[in-house]
Parts: sequence; structure tokens; C-alpha cells
Amino acid sequence: MTQRMGFFTDTSVCIGCKACEVACKEWNHVPEDGLNFTGMSYDNTEQLGADTWRHVAFIEQRKPLAEQEPGVDHEGPVPPLGAPPDAAPMTPMAPGEGGDLRWLMASDVCKHCTKAACLDVCPTGALFRTEFGTVVVQSDVCNGCGYCIPACPFGVIGQREDDGRAWKCTLCYDRIGDGLEPACAKACPTDSIQYGPLDELRERAAARVATLNDAGVDDARLYLADTDDGIRGAGAFFLLLDDPEVYGLPPDPIATTRDLPAMWRHAALAAAGLLGAGLLAFAGRA
Amino acid sequence: MSEDAFTSYYGRPVLKPPVWKALDIAGYLFLGGLAGASSVLSAGAELTGRPRLARGTRIGAAGAIAVSLVALVHDLGRPGRFVNMLRVLKWTSPMSVGSWILSAYAPLAGAAAFSAVTGRLPRIGTAAAMAGGVAGPAVAAYTGVLLADTAVPGWHEGHRELPYLFVSSAAAAGGGLGLLVAPRAEVTPARRLGVAGGAAELLVARLMRARLGTVAEAYETGRARVLMRAAEALTGAGALTAALGRGDRRLSAAGGAALLAGSALTRFGVFEAGMTSSKDPKYTVVPQRARLRTG
Ligand code: SF4
Ligand code: SF4
Repeated sequence: MTQRMGFFTDTSVCIGCKACEVACKEWNHVPEDGLNFTGMSYDNTEQLGADTWRHVAFIEQRKPLAEQEPGVDHEGPVPPLGAPPDAAPMTPMAPGEGGDLRWLMASDVCKHCTKAACLDVCPTGALFRTEFGTVVVQSDVCNGCGYCIPACPFGVIGQREDDGRAWKCTLCYDRIGDGLEPACAKACPTDSIQYGPLDELRERAAARVATLNDAGVDDARLYLADTDDGIRGAGAFFLLLDDPEVYGLPPDPIATTRDLPAMWRHAALAAAGLLGAGLLAFAGRA
Repeated sequence: MSEDAFTSYYGRPVLKPPVWKALDIAGYLFLGGLAGASSVLSAGAELTGRPRLARGTRIGAAGAIAVSLVALVHDLGRPGRFVNMLRVLKWTSPMSVGSWILSAYAPLAGAAAFSAVTGRLPRIGTAAAMAGGVAGPAVAAYTGVLLADTAVPGWHEGHRELPYLFVSSAAAAGGGLGLLVAPRAEVTPARRLGVAGGAAELLVARLMRARLGTVAEAYETGRARVLMRAAEALTGAGALTAALGRGDRRLSAAGGAALLAGSALTRFGVFEAGMTSSKDPKYTVVPQRARLRTG
């Protein structure tokens, strides 16, 4: 394997422009899957699936993040959040009564799990791990058994209806093989989506979350950056500003395949029990 | 569970519900179990000289597994590519393991039934029936892992119990078939297996729901609840009738039919509960939150 590559999606700078969604669809020829109006804030894409490989979530909350202060100069260091406006040369955000609305945006994607349940359960070998440590479906092998779909703890992979096969983000396998960055990362105007070697991204993310926490954004936390969680860390991880479930993400995902040794043991015992019971039924007088 | 406050993204499910069709997959769970347990009975009948029971269960097993294979292929998004199932053997994929178990078992069941129907190749038929009797339980048991090895809370949280529930349900079904096809002189083993299987099925289903914690609600609401209740009633009635109907051919047959129906309903109930649990974010979020709290 060459270096493991991944995504760091820093939702604190996402502006909800959906350039990632569009770029992904364009580059990967992902078919249109409905132009709906959902009423879920600005989210009309709804969820990841066979035909949505980047999904921007929008969350409106009655929770002031800060108040904006117009008309300040941009010289000098950025003060910590909470500093009173007149004490600071620049106060992009300060707590206050106005702005009683917090609008969270987050671009979701396949996590390219270290322990990927979808890959583990795929009976045909269509899902495989690439030299970049990413998880990709070979569409010429997939027979549409659908097993990967309920196996994924994030509800990422889906079945394309007219085609029967399973589809999901490839982390632009074709592009990164040529040394290009994935289409979504390329298109993201704020660098909310960052692509690179996973080690580097993890360092950068740790620094970023520390900066935000120091600045008083206590809500900022990393999601799936830990290698000892239920999927042993993700190749695509996130900086979130609220609990994962607020964004539609599971708070403690596990790859259920980690319980397979126990499950096979129970199945073997159960099978032996059936054989034993069957033979016992013939014992003694009829 | 409803007491626990939890957040979600506009009430959307965290997971994708399985794309499997109930008739295909729950139907297969039932028929595969029926076939597996019938094969055990036919092997026993072979060993103890019960020709009619042997013949009936051989044919039943082959028929059930044949329909199963059709259902499984039909459920694929690309049925023409079903052979890709045998491209690799992966222990991490219960579906892969199951495909190999089926590809060993189905020809055995077929050969045993062929010989029973045509009277040809009796030795091969007997050998196939014996080998099928050993492979059959694997067919009945692995399906528990097949469902449990998913993120579906209603299935995975029951991963310790599902294999036992499914083999019990299989025993009830196989015994039920035996009760229908065997003459009085040969029926006792089928009665014993059916009654024991039915009793175990009731017991394990209860135990599983008790151990599922908050996720048990998926089994106790909506269609799953109706199916599980009906399964319980039929299995209970079937086991009782079969046990008490000793000596009465018609009562025995009725008991057998009820056991079969109860087994089928159990599979559809478990399938449905899994679907329910995958479509509501609370089944994913609440237990995971609790897990995080308790560490
Ligand atoms: S399990 Fe889900 S999130 Fe993880 S690699 Fe597979 S599809 Fe992506
Ligand atoms: S649907 Fe395709 S990719 Fe998914 S498990 Fe089945 S064969 Fe593998």
C-alpha cells in the first residue's frame, strides 16, 4: 500500500454552497436522483445513497454561536471569542443577544472505514480496499445482493434502482491515482473538504480543533479521528460543532463484523444442537 | 424507550434499511430452515428404517431448498450474476459462507430426493441423504449470522440468540413436515423434534426480546408485533396439538401444519422487526448513546 489517503471535512468553515455535491455528480457521472423540496432547511439532497456521494446537511438551531460585528479593522491578531467588542481590533464573532440562530452545515461522505463492514460482508469481493486505503466497489463484479447496504453503520452505500448494483463514493479512485485531488475537495471554496495523507490530516485536524476550543468554541470536536473506535477510525473524518446524531451520524458506530467470531461460535453450537436434537428424537422406543 | 430524549437529523434514519424483499428473504429463512431440519430427520429415518418418513422429508427438503435458491437469485439486483457468489470464500461474509454451504447442501438434497422419487441409484441416494443430514443444520443456523452481521439494531443486538432461534424454528418446521408426511408407525421422531423445536422457539424468542433492551420495541410494534404474536400462538398451539394428538393422525397433521406456519411467521416477524429498527433513528442513536455513557 502506498500512503493512506483520506478526507478531513472541517464543518466549521462549510458555507453550504454544495459545490462538492455538484462536482462529485459531474466527475463521477452520478445520475440525477430527484429534484425535491424537502423543507429541511437548505437540504434538498436528504441523505447519502447510490446517487448521492456527497451530501451537505443543514441544521438550524436556536443556539447563538456568536454575534457578528461589522465595520471592524482586520489588522492584528484575532481575539478569542467572548472578548468584548471594544477591546478587540477585530471581532468576527462575539457573544450577544442577537443572532439567536445557529446554522450548521456539513458535507457528509463515505467514511472509508479502517474496519469497513460493507467490505467485510460483500460476498462477491466486489468491494475492495485500494492501495490508498480507500474502499471501492467494482461495479463489474457486484451482483446486487444488497448485503453491504444494511451492513454500513452510516447508511452510506445504496442500491441504484434501475441498475440493481451498489454504489458509493470512490474517493475519486481514478483521480487520486493520477495524483489529482478528489473532485469535491477540488471544488470546495473554503477548504472545508481537505484531501491528503491521513496522518497529515489528523495532525491538522487536532491543531484546528485545539484552536477552536481555545477560541471558546467548546462544541468543536473531531468525529471518527480516533483509531480505537468501533470502525478503528475513518479514512474520511470530520470536525463537528454538535453531537454526531444532530448531523444524522451515529454517535458510536461499530462494524458489526467485529462480533463475527462470537456469532459463528453461536451458529456452530446451534447447528450442533439441531443435529443432536434430530438424532435424539430417534432414540428410545417409538 | 420513548422516554429517552434523543436527537436526529430531521427524524431521518441513520441506516439504510435492507433492500431485501420480505417474501424472498424471510421466505428463504423459513424454507432453508425447513430443508435443513427435514434433512436431519431423513438421515435419522434412514438409520432407523423408517422409509416413509425418509421419503417425505427428502422430497420436502429438496423442494424447500429449490424454492429457496430461486428466491435468493430473484432477490439479487443482478440475478444474471449469481455465480459471482462463488467467486471467493470469505469468512467475514456470512452470505459468502452461506453460498458455499448451499452449493454443497442443495445437490445432496436434490440427489436424495431424486433417488427417493425415481427409486434409482438407491446407494447414492442414501449417502446423499446422510451427508445432507449433516449439512442441513449448517443451512438452518448460518442464517442467524446472516441477519445479525448487519448494523440493523433489531438483528445485530440479537446476535447471540438469532442462531438458536432459527434452528429451533427450523426444528419446529422440519418436525411439522414430518408430522404431515409420516404414517403413524414412523412419526414419533418427527413429533418429538417438532414439539421440542416449537417449545425452544417460543423460549428463545422470549429470551431474545428480554435481552434486546430498548431495541425490543421493534418487535413489539406494528406489523412485527402482529407477526410475532401470531407466530407464538401458532407455534404454541401446534406443539400442544402435536404432543397431545399422539395416536390421532389428523390431530398430528394439524399440529404439524401449525408448527410450519408458526415457524414461517417467526421468520417474517424477525425480518419485519429488523426493517422497523433500521428505519427509525432512535433504535440506532439511543442504544449507542447508552453505550457511550456506560463506556
Ligand atoms: S461501511 Fe459505510 S462508511 Fe464505511 S467504508 Fe463502507 S460504505 Fe463507507
Ligand atoms: S451489493 Fe454488490 S458490493 Fe454490495 S455486498 Fe453485494 S456484491 Fe458486494
